[in-house]
Amino acid sequence: MDWEKLGLKMGLEIHQQLNTQHKLFCPCKTELIDDEHNELIRRNLRPTQSELGEIDRAALQESLRNLNFQYEAYNYNTCLVETDDEPPHSLNEEALEISITIAALMNMHIVDEFHTMRKQVIDGSNTGGFQRTGLVATDGYLDTPYGRVAIESLGLEEDAARRIETTDNYTEFRLDRLGIPLAEITTDPSMHHPEQVREVAYMIGQVLRSTNVKRGLGTIRQDLNISISEGARVEIKGVQNLDLMSTIVENEVTRQLNLIDIKKELNERNAEVLEEIHDLDELFENTESKILKSAESIKAVVLKGFNGLIGREVQPGRRFGTEIASYAKKRGVSGIFHSDELPAYGITQEEVDKVAEFLDIGPEDAFIIVAHDEDIAISALEEVKRRANLGFEGVLEETRKSLDDGNTEYMRPLPTANRMYLETDIPLFKITDELVEPIKNNLPELPDVKKERIIKEYNLSEDLANQLVKRLEADVFENILSDVDVNPTPVASLLAYDLREIKREGYDITILTTQHFKDLFQLLADGKIAKDSVTKLATAIIESPEEEVIKIAENNNLTLLSEGEVCEIIANIVAKNENMVKERQMGAMGPLMGMSMKELKGKADGSLVNKIVKEEIQKLL
Amino acid sequence: MTYKEIAKKYLETNGITIGDTIKVKKEDISYEGILLDRSEDSEDGYLVLKLDSGYNIGVAIENTEAELIEKGDKPKIGYEGGEIEKDPNKMDISIISTGGTVSSIIDYKTGAVHPAFTAEDLLRANPELLDYANYNVEALYNILSENMKPKYWVEAAESIADDISEGSDGIVIAHGTDTLHYTSAALSFMLETPVPIIITGAQRSSDRPSTDAHVNLIDSVIAAKSDLAEVSVCMHGSLDDNYTYLHKGTKVRKMHTSRRDTFRSINFEPIAKIENESIEINPHYNYTKRNEKELKVNTAIEEKVGFIKSFPGISEEFIEYHIDKGYKGLVIEGTGLGHVPDNLIKSLSRANDENIPVVMTSQCLYGRVNMNVYSTGREIIDAGVISGRDMTPETAYVKLSWVLGQSEDKKEVEKLMNTNIAGEFNEKSSIKYFLN
Repeated sequence: MDWEKLGLKMGLEIHQQLNTQHKLFCPCKTELIDDEHNELIRRNLRPTQSELGEIDRAALQESLRNLNFQYEAYNYNTCLVETDDEPPHSLNEEALEISITIAALMNMHIVDEFHTMRKQVIDGSNTGGFQRTGLVATDGYLDTPYGRVAIESLGLEEDAARRIETTDNYTEFRLDRLGIPLAEITTDPSMHHPEQVREVAYMIGQVLRSTNVKRGLGTIRQDLNISISEGARVEIKGVQNLDLMSTIVENEVTRQLNLIDIKKELNERNAEVLEEIHDLDELFENTESKILKSAESIKAVVLKGFNGLIGREVQPGRRFGTEIASYAKKRGVSGIFHSDELPAYGITQEEVDKVAEFLDIGPEDAFIIVAHDEDIAISALEEVKRRANLGFEGVLEETRKSLDDGNTEYMRPLPTANRMYLETDIPLFKITDELVEPIKNNLPELPDVKKERIIKEYNLSEDLANQLVKRLEADVFENILSDVDVNPTPVASLLAYDLREIKREGYDITILTTQHFKDLFQLLADGKIAKDSVTKLATAIIESPEEEVIKIAENNNLTLLSEGEVCEIIANIVAKNENMVKERQMGAMGPLMGMSMKELKGKADGSLVNKIVKEEIQKLL
Repeated sequence: MTYKEIAKKYLETNGITIGDTIKVKKEDISYEGILLDRSEDSEDGYLVLKLDSGYNIGVAIENTEAELIEKGDKPKIGYEGGEIEKDPNKMDISIISTGGTVSSIIDYKTGAVHPAFTAEDLLRANPELLDYANYNVEALYNILSENMKPKYWVEAAESIADDISEGSDGIVIAHGTDTLHYTSAALSFMLETPVPIIITGAQRSSDRPSTDAHVNLIDSVIAAKSDLAEVSVCMHGSLDDNYTYLHKGTKVRKMHTSRRDTFRSINFEPIAKIENESIEINPHYNYTKRNEKELKVNTAIEEKVGFIKSFPGISEEFIEYHIDKGYKGLVIEGTGLGHVPDNLIKSLSRANDENIPVVMTSQCLYGRVNMNVYSTGREIIDAGVISGRDMTPETAYVKLSWVLGQSEDKKEVEKLMNTNIAGEFNEKSSIKYFLN
């Protein structure tokens, strides 16, 4: 596709959980919980009304679903703030500081005063019916191989509650995730190529990973804003896989182009959505279709001049009918039947003909059937009519969900901007130079830069350096080497690989402090332990972390013997095997080396043993 | 406008007022947005801007230039729509607001929250109410609960009485929660009512989607339509939104600073539960039925009544002060069964000698005052102190104020304090009356 000609414009919105001790507005931990909950709280939300008596579009859409919510709460891991039974505590300054760090790394301007806002969200994912959010910084940039990308804003906000299940009667959420601090980073919509979006997402990821953010599945969420000149802005939520980015863009542009075509076609045909909702119960009285038979009520609407267009593919495997159905689904039906796909689902050609006759429609026309309880069927068909009518407008401003196959599915209309008002329970937070300057002066290195630097500075392999950076051990590594003059490679390999092994064996590696590492590697530097004993000693330290590291080494028989002691032992071995030496001469080296190493295992360095064995043999010859 | 010195001068110089769209330029950045008001208690030297994105930020004025982009209009607050018609088949319910808004309209432009004061506003904010009744809505006050005064109880009682005389079938009073239980007790003493009088409030403000106000309001209307012709308090029964309790106006207390189910019956049980739009009256409670009593109003009240909490080390000055200042009565929140340290007894005797009634309650809240068990208690009785029995300290305080409005005669006051007037005390302490 010719992106430029299409006028493709894209922007990114990235949500990243921060790895703070506490949640944004309460002292609960920022960890997810998999235990059985202690309490289940049942709530309803209502949209509040704005100044002109208008309810926000997106909020209204959700309220129509009339959902009840259940919240899984914990006696000790969640508190009354998450259940919306206690006012929020003060802003978590640790989260603000991390946000300022991220902002500074992206050359942003930090606001003078942080105001916590309430952003109305009534899908139940926030117990209060609003998400608390505030603007930390604006107007930054990142330089990419495709040119400079403006970073519009950085917000600090609460993560939403975790959705556990949705049933016909309620949606259940767990409160563990609610309130974990999130940084929300928004780029301007100036990207014109899918590869650029991918590159920018990667770079922002690099920035985030250089700061104290959460790692792992679900801790970062990427949304994509996309439009083409003739289309409309669509926000695609939850793009997990960066490699899928170009497919998503392609499929969305395809969808928009097809919707524009459908719009033109509808206008040319003078198509029309008829108001009346028809009752087809009698017509299908003796139907063989299981779905229709089991429904309380079967209803239909006529779409004049729509024939063929409803079945028209707009994305690979998804038709215009799928778009209409996704609106109807918001009213509780599991799907619709449209004339372009019938006969099917047990509905026969004969029945289709009967419906067409009953509805008095011609070959140009189409119909859509919904089967469900009467009020739900009517409500769903109202949505069908609404969406079909919107077909005349082409592409709609929507929030859509990213699907695993690179397609997208309708979620809700784009929220309008007027959903925010001040959270009056939290004081305004002044961001002073005293707060910002020290952060700006101690910015972390970006991961790639750090990797390249430690490869050069410590002469590490690319692989070791990569692992150190990825596992966030690079700082500890450098800290150890700043104090201990030791070969960097064993230090790096302990931190990057061996600790993982120890952990796998069931040891709690978090017991090990940087001081432990320093003491351990000082022993190695001083020749008091062998390189091979490093992992063993680390394990032994975990077992008695209070003790002096040298003592631990001694107690576990990990200290090296002095050269004299080694000499003595080897001399003894060689003396016992004098005959063999005489017989085989230097050929005795192998067996003697084996015997010595067996005796001195872990107590002497291999190269030293080798040297002394050789010397002792030569003495005899 | 609550902008103070620096900001005020800056705005005046630049000809900017609240609601205008402005651009504030700094050395390396500029912000464009609508100028909002700034809360009075926050620091001078900053402007509040609402940006296009909806976010508010504070901008330090120092080294900035401001440019007016567009003058703004004062946002219009209120609902539009036609008249709401009365349905002759429905009951007429009065809703009286004293502050702590029943319903609010948020102005997203400025972030201000405006209470819905008229019947029309209220009904447009809570259209479901129309299914239940016809309404007469009156905004009596708009005051914070903590600023309530005994004279407001009087005005509220009179206003309720007027509504009942004019044919109202039930009363709902919206009240801030902090002192709601004082008001419920006061109305219990001041009014004998042929219709239900329901007091309700909200722990989460009505501008948020999760507010408890909506359920409390609807259930209050259901209670106001019921057969239970008493003063009671309708609030959430748990952290859930699916049921509310009615508590007896004299036996209820706010027990949590922020939970929805903050109101609890003390030394009593809830008198009814409202769930799924129906009211279930506690079968153990012998209630006054609709139209069983004639409307009677007695709002005479003495405002000069003191309320003292005993504590280890309390000095007799606390009592002496009130006597010297001419207080007409005292309620003491004693320890345990109703005690104060023995250094206070002489002062209590002095109050007795000066015909100032003193009523003893307990800071335990649960349980009954009994001053016969320990010697200090007996000395307190000898000093003429009246037992508050199992009344909450707040109810005892309101009752003494009301009783002193009825009579200045100490004997008569004592007699009335020992008469059960509005179900304020029980003779029997049920095993069920604790922490429920």
